[in-house]
Amino acid sequence: MLAIIGTVPDEEFKLYAGEVSLEGESLVLKDRRIPIQRGTPALIASAIKIFELFGKTLPFVYLAGDTGRGNGSKRLYEFLVNDLKNRTFTTLTFHYLLPDADWCNKILFSIDEMPLRPFLIADAGFMYAAKMSGNATSFDLFTPDIGELAFLADEEAPHPFYTRGFLLQEEDKVEELVQRAYAHGNASKYLLVKGRADCVVKEGKIIETISEPMVETLEPIGGTGDTLTGILSALIECGYALETACITASRINRLAGKRANPDPSTQIGDIIKYIPEAFKLI
Amino acid sequence: MGILKKLFKGKEESSQVVSCNDKAILLFENTSEVIRAENILKENGYTIRVVGPPAHVRKGCDLAIEIPLLHTMGILKVLNSYGLPPLDWLPSDNGKLKPVDLFHIKDFGRYLMVRAANMKITVHKASLTIVNVSGGGCPDVPYLAAMMVGKKLNEAIEPRLIGHTLCGYALQLAYDKIKELCLP
Repeated sequence: MLAIIGTVPDEEFKLYAGEVSLEGESLVLKDRRIPIQRGTPALIASAIKIFELFGKTLPFVYLAGDTGRGNGSKRLYEFLVNDLKNRTFTTLTFHYLLPDADWCNKILFSIDEMPLRPFLIADAGFMYAAKMSGNATSFDLFTPDIGELAFLADEEAPHPFYTRGFLLQEEDKVEELVQRAYAHGNASKYLLVKGRADCVVKEGKIIETISEPMVETLEPIGGTGDTLTGILSALIECGYALETACITASRINRLAGKRANPDPSTQIGDIIKYIPEAFKLI
Repeated sequence: MGILKKLFKGKEESSQVVSCNDKAILLFENTSEVIRAENILKENGYTIRVVGPPAHVRKGCDLAIEIPLLHTMGILKVLNSYGLPPLDWLPSDNGKLKPVDLFHIKDFGRYLMVRAANMKITVHKASLTIVNVSGGGCPDVPYLAAMMVGKKLNEAIEPRLIGHTLCGYALQLAYDKIKELCLP
């Protein structure tokens, strides 16, 4: 089973660990609904869209309310440290959490105690924590965008905010940044670098580049990276080989984006609804 | 008061002369406090800047404030008067990190996007409406996006007022830049 771990932007939201489903543009938890506008809810919704196509068991989610103060992330970290070791998830996707190196270490210790080691995916804040705590190589897959790749490539930066200027965050520098990230042990085994062209990286080498369909206006739309990570997590859980999952997820995300006929003001919910249609076009 | 003792003790032990250019770093409980302190100190006329804390005190999503060493006492007094005393004071700026200062600007015709570090903000040029906020990985990003998208550029609440993390701070930089580009 896939478990997705992240936050929702509401301080009043109580920690939730359990099943989830999707109705329209809302995630349905046991006793509440949350909109899928962006962030972790958008990732979860995208994964559900894929699971529904395969008739698979929907993901398990760990969610806490956090608007950046970190209280929700801390509660979630504390809960996970005790809870994960008793679980048998096959894939874990970590997402929007306040980056904290110490908690990342504790979470990994807890994962070590799980009966079976799950496939580990990190995106967003937890990817930052994984890198800055020196644990990047413990993960199977990171999904950085070009700015985050430059951060992974900068062995001194603890957060993308501090990425040094000489590491140009340009699409034509991906190979150079990838090599630097791996040289310093700051990358997971695989990377899916999200950008104008998406690059699949295996142990330091770009093995595939996906650039079609090219939809320039997807770049400003908040959540397109979240949907890609959600689709990818679901495909891996559905049994796709990793490289195939990366390529397929990239194409689905691009096709869904194209189908939405977006402009820079399009919202992510308008793209998520086209994921099933995009999958059928692959 | 502990910080002041530390300040003077350090100087006695090292018997160095304080130069006008010497810097010190103030550490706070969290990024929200740093952002508040930055605003307060700037409003009070101090030349300060936000930097990354040295590696040995770094937790993950941290900011610190670099101050002129000579102004430490005055600055502490101001911060205390606002109920915002720093957690600690470091005499050296060794190992500090510099926030990103490069902006990427992309013109989509009717829309303009600015990226600072890992944060992007996009505005509809004619109406000056913020149409999207993207990028980032800290938990205030979805919150900031929800609060800002759909608002006019000059009416939206600024990220520095409701953000708490480095991603929130990066969004403030992008927001300042896009205002500079779009507003008269």
